[in-house]
Amino acid sequence: MRARAVKLGLRSWVGWRRGFTSKADPQRSGRVTAEVIEHLERLALVDFGSQEAVARLEKAIAFADRLRAVDTDGVEPLESVLEDRCLYLRSDNVVEGNCAEVLLQNAHRVVEEYFVAPPGNISLPKQDEQEPFSHN
Amino acid sequence: MAAPVKRWSCVGKRWVLAYIDGGSRHGRGAAIGFTSRRKRGQSSVAQQPLITAQKSRKGEHEWEAVVGLEIHAQISSNSKLFSGSQVHFAAPPNSLVSFFDASLPGTLPVLNRRCVEAAVMTGLALNCRINKKSLFDRKHYFYADLPAGYQITQQRLPIAVNGSLAYSVCVGKKPSQVSTKTVRIKQIQLEQDSGKSLHDEPRSQTLIDLNRAGVGLLEVVLEPDMSCGEEAASAVRELQLILQALGTSQANMAEGQLRVDANISVHHPGEPLGVRTEVKNLNSARFLAKAIDFEIERQIHELENGRKILNETRSFDYKLGCTMPMRDKEGKQDYRFMPEPNLPPLLLHDTASLPPGADPQQVINIDWIRERLPELPSETREKLIQQYGMLPEHSFALLNEVGLLEFFQNVIKETRAEPKKVTSWVLNIFLGFLKQQNLTVNESPVTPSALAELLNLLDRKAISSSAAKQVFEELWRSKGKTPSQIVSEKKLELMQDQEALERVCHTVMEGHPQVVMDVKRGNPRAINKLMGLVRKATLSRADPTVIKKILERKLSS
Repeated sequence: MRARAVKLGLRSWVGWRRGFTSKADPQRSGRVTAEVIEHLERLALVDFGSQEAVARLEKAIAFADRLRAVDTDGVEPLESVLEDRCLYLRSDNVVEGNCAEVLLQNAHRVVEEYFVAPPGNISLPKQDEQEPFSHN
Repeated sequence: MAAPVKRWSCVGKRWVLAYIDGGSRHGRGAAIGFTSRRKRGQSSVAQQPLITAQKSRKGEHEWEAVVGLEIHAQISSNSKLFSGSQVHFAAPPNSLVSFFDASLPGTLPVLNRRCVEAAVMTGLALNCRINKKSLFDRKHYFYADLPAGYQITQQRLPIAVNGSLAYSVCVGKKPSQVSTKTVRIKQIQLEQDSGKSLHDEPRSQTLIDLNRAGVGLLEVVLEPDMSCGEEAASAVRELQLILQALGTSQANMAEGQLRVDANISVHHPGEPLGVRTEVKNLNSARFLAKAIDFEIERQIHELENGRKILNETRSFDYKLGCTMPMRDKEGKQDYRFMPEPNLPPLLLHDTASLPPGADPQQVINIDWIRERLPELPSETREKLIQQYGMLPEHSFALLNEVGLLEFFQNVIKETRAEPKKVTSWVLNIFLGFLKQQNLTVNESPVTPSALAELLNLLDRKAISSSAAKQVFEELWRSKGKTPSQIVSEKKLELMQDQEALERVCHTVMEGHPQVVMDVKRGNPRAINKLMGLVRKATLSRADPTVIKKILERKLSS
C-alpha cells in the first residue's frame, strides 16, 4: 500500500515536472543550439571548447529553471543581496591617482605612458573557420 | 551660376522638395547646400527654410523627419564617479587613474556624493520626477578604452525620468520671429565615461589613456520630438546653458564635456515611423545641425530611390560634410545588462522622509537641493525683458555669449544711460568689435566702467553719437585712457555754445542761398543738405537735433 502510494506520488511529481518542462518555451527541449553557443562565445569571449561543456551548461540551466516553480505573484524581485545596505556616499575629494608608473608595469606594451592596444576589436573567426570541437 | 536644383528643404515641420537657386550637387563628398547664416545669438549653423511652400508639390513628396538625442554631459566634480582620482582635462597620460579606474582585481566602486547631487539638480531643473530609489547596472562590451569590459550605468531605474526642456527656434527670416518648443526628456542617468583612444594608423596600434575612464557622466535622453537639425541644435544649446547655470557641467563641446548622439528617421505624414539610424559623436555645436540635416536628406534620397534604410550606426565626417557607416560595429550589440552586484540601490530622501538622526553626509534631501537651485537661463531672460523692456531676441543674445550678461549688468550699474541704449551698444557695437577680432568678453580691452563712462557722456549730450563711436574705437585700440581723456584729446566735445552755433547756421544759410530756396519751396531733402553743411562747418561737434531745430526756426522766420 505504502509502496503504491509512493509510486503514485513519484509519478505525479515526474508528471508535474514534465508538464512544467513542456510548458516552457520550445527552445527548452533541454538543448542549447550551436547558434546560441556561438553568440555567447562572441559576446563574452568564453570558449566552450567541448560538447561536455555545453552539456554542463544545459544541466545548469535546467537546475536553475526549477526556480520557476515558485509562485512569485505579488512578490518584489530581489535585485541585490545588498538591498538593505546603505549606499555609502563619498565626499568629492581627490585622494587617488598619480601612479602611472605602477599601472603601466602591468601592460604588455607601452608607448610613452600610453597603454598599447590593437587598432580595433579583433573579431572572433566565424564558425566555419573555427576548429570544430569534438562531438561525443 | 548653377541651374536651379531640386532639394529637400525644411518648411516648418515638413520636408518638401523644392527648387533651390544655385547650390551644390547632392552627392558624396559635396558640402550639402543649406545656406548657413551665422546669426548672432546662435552658436550653431542656423538652417533657413529656403523656398516658399508655393513652389513645392504638396502631398506627393512630403516627408516628416524625427530626431531624438542622447546627450552625455561630463559632471563638473573634483573626483570621478566611483573613485577618488582627479577629473581634469589636460594631464599627463594615465596620471589621473586609480586602481579601480584601471580595473585591477579587488577594487570596488564607491559613489561620489557630488555626482548624485549634480544629477538631482539637473533633473529638477528639467522638470523631471526624481526617483527616490534608483539602481546601477553593468553594460558589457569590449573595447580597449573600457578596461573592465563593462560600463556602470543606470539602465533599469535611472535617477530622473519624464521631464521637459523648452527651447526657442526661429520661425521666420527676422530674428524677432521666434517660437518656443518643448522636447520631452525620457530620463537622466548617471554613468561612467570611458578612456580615450588615440588611433595610430601607420603603426597599426591604438594608444590608450585612462585619465577619462570613470569620470561621471549625465546621460540626458531626449524623446524624438524634434524634426530637423536646427531644432536639435537649439535644444542642445539651451541644455548647455542650463547645465552651465547650474554648475553641474561646464558643457564645453570643444573639450568633450558635452557629446551628442542623434537618432534619426523619416516617414510620410500619417504613416508609421521609419527605420532609424544612429549618428554618433556629434561633438561640435557648429556641425550638429548640419550632420542631422545631412542624414535626413540622405534617408529621404535613399527612400525616394526605392532603397531601404539600414538600422545602423553612422558617424559624421566633418571634412566631407557627410555621415558614414561606422566600422567595427558588427550587427546589433547585445550589452548583457545585469545589476551591478557591488552597489546597493541609491536611495534619496525629501524633507518628509528624512530618517531621524541620520548622518547628513550620507543622506541626500531632494527638497533641500530644490530650494537652492540657481536661476535658470529662462528665468534670467524673463527678468531682463521685464526689468529693462528688452526684446526677447536680445535677451537670448546676451545669454549666448560667455560673460556678456555680466558685462552688460556691470555697465548698467555704473551708467545713467537708458537700458535700451546700453543694450544696443553692448549687442551691436561691443559685440561687433569682439567678433571682428575673435575675442571673448574676458579678453575685451574695454572695461564695463569705460563703456559706462562713455555712455554717460553720450547721455549728457556732451558728445554726439558719431563722436561716441570714434571714442569707442580709440578705447579699443589704446588701453588705459578714459573716455573723457580721449574726448578732450580729440576735441570731440559737442558745442555747448548755442550762440556760436546760431552764428554758424546763419553763415551757412547766407553762403548757400539756393539750398535755402529749395527748402522754402518744400524740398524735404534740402534741409539735410543744410544740416550736413553745418555739421562740416562745426567739425561734427554739434548735436544734429539742435542744428535741425535752429535751422528750422531760422527758415520759418
